[in-house]
Amino acid sequence: MLSHTSLYILDMALMGMGVYALIAKRHIIKKIIGVVTMEYAINLFLILVGYRAGGIAPIEDAQISAADLAARAVDPLPQALVLTSIVIGLGTLALMASLAIKLYEKYKTFDMSEINRLRG
Amino acid sequence: MDLKELSRDESRGMTLIVKTISRLIMSFVILFGCFIIIYGHITPGGGFAGGIILTIAYVLLLLAFGGKVAMAKLSNFWASMWDNIGALSFVVIGFLGMTGGYFFLNFLDHGSPGHLVSAGMIPLCNIFIALKVGAALYAIFIGLSVYGRIVTEEEK
Amino acid sequence: MIAIFHVLLFFMIIGSAVAIETKNMLSAVIAVGAVGFGVSLLFLFLGAPDIAITQVIVEILSLIILIRATTFADNRAVERKIDSFATITGLFFLGFFVMATVWAFSDLTPFGEPLMVVSQRYLAGSSAETGAVNVVAGVILDYRAYDTLGEAMVLFTSVLGAFVILRRRGKKPLDEADTEQFGIISD
Repeated sequence: MLSHTSLYILDMALMGMGVYALIAKRHIIKKIIGVVTMEYAINLFLILVGYRAGGIAPIEDAQISAADLAARAVDPLPQALVLTSIVIGLGTLALMASLAIKLYEKYKTFDMSEINRLRG
Repeated sequence: MDLKELSRDESRGMTLIVKTISRLIMSFVILFGCFIIIYGHITPGGGFAGGIILTIAYVLLLLAFGGKVAMAKLSNFWASMWDNIGALSFVVIGFLGMTGGYFFLNFLDHGSPGHLVSAGMIPLCNIFIALKVGAALYAIFIGLSVYGRIVTEEEK
Repeated sequence: MIAIFHVLLFFMIIGSAVAIETKNMLSAVIAVGAVGFGVSLLFLFLGAPDIAITQVIVEILSLIILIRATTFADNRAVERKIDSFATITGLFFLGFFVMATVWAFSDLTPFGEPLMVVSQRYLAGSSAETGAVNVVAGVILDYRAYDTLGEAMVLFTSVLGAFVILRRRGKKPLDEADTEQFGIISD
């Protein structure tokens, strides 16, 4: 059961939940929740790919030298990329939330199909 | 502006309990944020996390006392100004690396690894990144909570 | 350890299912917060304390933003009737997506054995070349400072976008009520 790709597949199932919310839900906040879920899944996938079994965090101290790190630590490169990606995700979330607030102010509803109908 | 007097004022913001707690906690949150930023090259953390902790301190002020008090402490003008200062200083540090050959060269003395003053420009960059990220997110939050307020029918 | 990862991922999938399917928007937003804290816990177990800290703090702020965007509105009318075509399409794509990933991940390196071609150099040389003992700080601010510069630019753009969308100034002249009610400083 716990095969070598089952964690990846579970993670992609989480991403699939986000895709489902994005396609099937009509509420704008639900769509935003879908995008946020997809973002979590992608960040988590990058970190999972860089995990080394039994690995330690990539931080040196008095006991752990640089050669030790190279032999035992997890991959620091995806961590550096995900670190920036998380903060960018917060910025885009704020942008989406402000768009949703403006849409509600104009159309007095969060329903996507209702908004389409009102505009037409 | 004295926050202690403002917390007696029941007309704006949340209750007295929330105001007193957030007034007491806010300075500790800022202290923790500064710790995370300054020790970013030795311990986990760094400019991104520390900058957002600083934002959360001001967001706490904004939620407890209302938009006017928070904007009197740090207005949207100064938020965007700190944002610009952080970003410009980061780019300037990058260009100072051109003196040694290429963009973003770590031109300062590296010192001995593991000490607080070490790693050349990385602590400086952490501070500027924290200013940039923190001020930008605070500006977004001011935009959402003060500008983005829905005018209900009663208020009209 | 690997069993804990599975349990946490199941917890997150259930949390996202609750967030997507519940009728009450406030509980949906809080369920998303639970998923985010699960991600942060998983980051901590996966040997990434830097992003675990960042994820916790970002999660708090994004919860505040989402609650801010949700609670004022009247949400009862939405989601009353189910759009069957969109639901079937969404479920189809969900199944298709998971099947495609099962097929695609058979070629990936097994979990726990990363490639780490470039990273070996970063890990071995970070303290000597940059002086930072935290290798992640060394990577984002020295080896790959261009990434951070680009991130700053993207964040700046999103701030600019949020302000342009949310501003009231410029559409009509300001009067006394705007300054009183919304705290917009006239200049």
